[in-house]
Amino acid sequence: MGDRFDVIVVGAGPAGTSCAYTAAKSGLNVLLIERGEYPGSKNVMGGILYRKQMEEIIPEFWKEAPLERPVVEQRFWFMDRESMVTSSYKGLEWGREPYNNFTVLRAKFDQWFASKAVEQGALLINETVVTECIVEDGRVVGVRTDRPDGDVYADVVVLADGVNSLLGKSLGFHKEWKPDEVALTVMEVMNLPKKTINERFNVEDNQGVSIEIFGDSTQGLLGTAFLYTNKDSLNIGVGTTLSGMIKKKLKPYHLLEYVKTHPMVKPYLEGGETAEYLAHLIPEGGYKSVPRLVGDGVVIVGDAAQFVNAIHREGSNMAMSSGKMAAEAIVRAKEIGDFTERTLDHYRKELYRSFVGKDLKKYKDVTHTFEDHPQYMADYIPMLNKAANKFFTVDGSPKKQKQSDIIKGFTKDKGKITVARDLIRAWKVMK
Amino acid sequence: MEGDEIMAKTIEEKQYLVRFRCDTKSHLEVKDENVCLTSCPDKDCTIFCPADVYKWEGDRMHVGFEGCHECGSCRIGCPYDNIKWEYPKGGHGIVFRLA
Repeated sequence: MGDRFDVIVVGAGPAGTSCAYTAAKSGLNVLLIERGEYPGSKNVMGGILYRKQMEEIIPEFWKEAPLERPVVEQRFWFMDRESMVTSSYKGLEWGREPYNNFTVLRAKFDQWFASKAVEQGALLINETVVTECIVEDGRVVGVRTDRPDGDVYADVVVLADGVNSLLGKSLGFHKEWKPDEVALTVMEVMNLPKKTINERFNVEDNQGVSIEIFGDSTQGLLGTAFLYTNKDSLNIGVGTTLSGMIKKKLKPYHLLEYVKTHPMVKPYLEGGETAEYLAHLIPEGGYKSVPRLVGDGVVIVGDAAQFVNAIHREGSNMAMSSGKMAAEAIVRAKEIGDFTERTLDHYRKELYRSFVGKDLKKYKDVTHTFEDHPQYMADYIPMLNKAANKFFTVDGSPKKQKQSDIIKGFTKDKGKITVARDLIRAWKVMK
Repeated sequence: MEGDEIMAKTIEEKQYLVRFRCDTKSHLEVKDENVCLTSCPDKDCTIFCPADVYKWEGDRMHVGFEGCHECGSCRIGCPYDNIKWEYPKGGHGIVFRLA
């Protein structure tokens, strides 16, 4: 390669490609390096792509991008062994422009998105691993790749190298993640005819449903399962903190089978043909796990920076916004010809001023609190189901008696004070 | 029951559906075999690895790197930090075709 660039972006996922696209569009000379056979070949996501942050990069992308279905209904299941309490919102306005979010298949989407960055002038090089950052006098000046004569130099290197971010770690920007800072997620894409999906999920051709499943789907562990509709396939998956999985000695694919065969889930999958099985880590350490973001000649974006809002299953949008903000800071740095940490720090400041920083901060204690207090998943969801069962079973007892029994049921095992304390704690970390 | 096969119930059936472009050299390496043998009775990696890459063979750890999803769980989850984990050579390893 041997050349010199304004910017080298490592990793062609949503964060890296957003950065490369924005920087190239502003006239910078950009190299985008991807280790997979093509962008998307190493990337996994449950499947929700958010319109707002994508649109800020490519207006009206939905007219051209390979999307599956716009989501018109979000369902939430609080599931027990053979029951569930559900809540949902369906709004047909989400099925029209400008939409809210879409299901996507990443291998297709990421290739398309990277091709748009190339259209803007970025140079995309696939099948290339960046083995290390080249550091001179404490400044990142380029990257070393696994190609022969594979050193490349640039004013700024953007680390968009995903959740494992070996590069961020090797620069000392973060230590190795702990098992409670990542969620191990496995999923399957299951082919199912479009007509069957429409009937089963009560939607039309260009309408999608997302279902988040809490409770028995993770056997009480901190995590969720999900079921999303593509055009003619479903994404079914489940993830829990790696620490939870280790502690409970669970095999992730056994948990996935448990979800697939759960009596609440199984009818939706009937007749489906598994087309692919995928495993990936999601960075879920939150605000406190965010690494150092900026150094001399280097910034970190996306999953590599732990930008995920686990409560709202948002990540790809944070990745895109962070990539875009990094590019804008780099363009600014280029204008003044200074690529030190002090100038690039503009990116960090903007990021913390944006929804990315604010949402991460809002939920900063959530993962740790729920991990340390397993009762929310393990006890309260079954209790909620029992309460609903009791309330809706017509058994001749007066409703007032039922209400009193339900409240007693909630407090009987744990005591009123514990329940009150649990409620206050949950409110505090979510508010 | 017909149809069960295509639901890919076992990990072997699941892995069969995934495309891998294998390198000849492993990108995963047990740093010290002795640690697995003497210090690690639980061998958690043989349980939580989503692709069944790690198999204990009575006296040593077999590392089936060819089926690795490159998720990173083993590197983070090994209680003895005993796994050297790199990315496969550019273009090699797992190739997701869909999601």
